[in-house]
Amino acid sequence: MELRKDYFADVRKDGLNEIGQPRPRLDSPGHVTGQTAYFADRNFPGMLHLKMVRSPHHHARIRSVDTSEAEKHPGVVRVLTAKDVPHNVYTILILIQIGPEDETVLADGKVRWKGEAVVAVLAETERAAQEAAAKVKVDYEVLPAVFDMEEALKPGAPIVNEYHGRNYYLYDSGDCRKVRFGDVEAGFAEADHILEQTYQSSPIEHAPTETTGCIVAPEGNDRFACYTNTQAMFFTLDNASIILQMPGSKLHFVGGTVGGGFGGKVDVIVEPIAILAAKLTGRPVSFIYSREEEMQISSPRAAEKVVIKDGVMKDGRIVARKVTGYTDAGAYSRHSPYGAQKGAAHYPGPYTIPNVWIDTYCVYTNRTPSSAMRGFGVTIGDFALEVQMDKLARLIAMDPLEFRFINAYRDGDMKAHRQLTEGAALIECMQEASRAANWPVADKYMAMSSYRKGA
Amino acid sequence: MAKVPVQFTLNGSEKAEFIESGTTLLHALRDKIGDTSPKGGCHQGTCGACSVIIDGELRLSCLTLAETCNGADITTTAGLAEGGVLHPLQRAFLDAFATQCGFCTPGMIMAAKVLLDRTPNPSREDVVEALSGNICRCTGYEPIIQAVLTAARANSQSAA
Repeated sequence: MELRKDYFADVRKDGLNEIGQPRPRLDSPGHVTGQTAYFADRNFPGMLHLKMVRSPHHHARIRSVDTSEAEKHPGVVRVLTAKDVPHNVYTILILIQIGPEDETVLADGKVRWKGEAVVAVLAETERAAQEAAAKVKVDYEVLPAVFDMEEALKPGAPIVNEYHGRNYYLYDSGDCRKVRFGDVEAGFAEADHILEQTYQSSPIEHAPTETTGCIVAPEGNDRFACYTNTQAMFFTLDNASIILQMPGSKLHFVGGTVGGGFGGKVDVIVEPIAILAAKLTGRPVSFIYSREEEMQISSPRAAEKVVIKDGVMKDGRIVARKVTGYTDAGAYSRHSPYGAQKGAAHYPGPYTIPNVWIDTYCVYTNRTPSSAMRGFGVTIGDFALEVQMDKLARLIAMDPLEFRFINAYRDGDMKAHRQLTEGAALIECMQEASRAANWPVADKYMAMSSYRKGA
Repeated sequence: MAKVPVQFTLNGSEKAEFIESGTTLLHALRDKIGDTSPKGGCHQGTCGACSVIIDGELRLSCLTLAETCNGADITTTAGLAEGGVLHPLQRAFLDAFATQCGFCTPGMIMAAKVLLDRTPNPSREDVVEALSGNICRCTGYEPIIQAVLTAARANSQSAA
């Protein structure tokens, strides 16, 4: 690979001497010899297996839970319900003051999505746990459910999550995250062309090869070792501490190699309940998603809907952009309010647009709670924005790459968030892309630079 | 549950265990014998992470009952390096950046070994075909294919 260190060589210090040097990964020798220890490669004597009884309904009131038959099943050691969890209602981002707490560790009185955890069964073998889980009787009163963001936002729609009281997240800025810059209506008024398009995406499952899970071993002194493949060690530790009402010093989290995550292992779902199970039984506990659970229960990338309206001049300048973004959080917040917020920050794109108006909503539906996945909140936005850029270029009969050169932000430009652009390199990236893809652009674009003296 | 005796050779050593009837070879290897190099990714025969070599054949240990392996000769990735010297395939995977999270790697190496044992000079198509039962979600297949081709070239050079 060729590295163009000559770019900005005169204006930016480049004391880096690692870039461009091949370095073997530290963990590769373990991988190729099969010696790398993943969390599930541990086996403790007397280890119990945890299986979850899950809601078969998208939205239902729980009338009663009867675990008596399951408890009598051979090999069953303990059955856990909502009343066993010290702080049963939680939300991951409460650690950074993003509330309210809106999700139950084990369902209490209601389920809000198909697959929600209701009862945990602990048994000597995986098979006994599975068989006993099938014997738990839950009496449900099925409620109307809502699966579509537009439906969820209509007046009179079934309320998905009572902790919010409305089917969208209430930010401190109001019903949505907002960006306001310039005068977008004046921009549209002066534009030669206006293009409004709607883009939609479906949820996407990460499908890591190693499924989500953890193994918890009591260490004595009321301290617990939790071997986990979490991608967010301290989120998990701190949330477990809140849910279990145990000081962090009692929780010994051991991470390590994660067998694929892609953001799918940042939620705090398996660890708290497994630690609780180990605490209440005094035995090691293994809670590992089956492949089916991984595909159906773990949070996917959110479905999104993005409405983009752009005003563009014949000469290629975008003069106004109005975006309304909708993020389908599913039944619970998890990381989605943050994802929707990132979208608000991202929709101006890497372009300098003088008039911008953005609203992004985080919407609740009775679907599987969505959460983090590689660039969540901006990846679908980028897809939408760049398809929109191609359509705009076509509208004014301009080369799509040249169109981007005209609008690319450069050092010193004011961004819609009122921050001066610094360290931009988009122009240079596009120049390289033009060469690499053999997609020539006019000389004046090849002569451009992101760097502006005095900027 | 009835326990049955099982005896086989694992990476050159004799193993004898009493296992519950119906136990998969994957479980027997990982939980009874302690060879955790085969990984359980799907437990339904689609991801290939649990691949092992049984009597020269590539097999999915999650779909193989341990009790059917009596007298078999089983090889796993944990047994490939000899005397601390990596097998050419292991060396090639290491050098070609063909491992990222590493979870699929042992299965990939087993599939590649069966290929090279039979077809020392495979074409790219042969490699793609041989690895088609193994899913990788993060490394990307191209470095893996290149690693197998590199190992094949190293093999043919050392044989020449």
